[in-house]
Amino acid sequence: MTAIMSHQLKIVYFAWVRERLGRDQDNIDCPENVETVGQLLEFIRSEDVAYEDVFADIEKLRFALDQDFVGLDAAIDTAKELAIFPPVTGG
Amino acid sequence: MISITVQENDFDSGGEINRLSALGGGAISSFVGQVRGDEQLQALELEHYPAMTENALQKIADKASQQWVMHGITIIHRVGRLQVGEQIVLVCTCSDHRQAAIAACSYIMDQLKTVAPFWKKEIFQDGTENWVKERQSDLDAAKSW
Repeated sequence: MTAIMSHQLKIVYFAWVRERLGRDQDNIDCPENVETVGQLLEFIRSEDVAYEDVFADIEKLRFALDQDFVGLDAAIDTAKELAIFPPVTGG
Repeated sequence: MISITVQENDFDSGGEINRLSALGGGAISSFVGQVRGDEQLQALELEHYPAMTENALQKIADKASQQWVMHGITIIHRVGRLQVGEQIVLVCTCSDHRQAAIAACSYIMDQLKTVAPFWKKEIFQDGTENWVKERQSDLDAAKSW
């Protein structure tokens, strides 16, 4: 029995976010005290300085949790996949 | 009948229109987007989020079906490298009357521009690249419905 819970979260990147990081995904252990998307961004930024450049202007980023658009205050809960990308430009 | 396809290959817009026509509605509307021949532009690189794309397009089509009485909706969006002049996207709608067919087609394109996870990178003849930025006019259009 362990009191400290964490869960595996896959983070996927697209467009210039992917290019600047130089990889298209990460798998992280999401600590229990990280509850929202915004808190998760702070957590991964503290783990890897490569994020500093990408997260410099957070207004330019969009997020999806398990393939649904969410804001920074969205609860991660039991989500399996977070996507980080710039505003979409299809069509 | 809703048909959603994300593919690298080109599509036959005439054939797709005929397929929807066969459903028997009185009005077919369609939109084809293609790579604009901007100066010095050689190609676009279209990237998407495979796990999310088709579901996002399906949701847009479902909302259109709730808003207007539709016989059929076809959405085809290409990904990968597309040269100037190549087709990118097709939206085709079939309804009993033109107002519904035209409005649904326009609605689907406006929503697609702002919520479907596609990203365009411009590749210029001199080898430089540029990720296309979102446009306020597209955001305004999507909100206008």
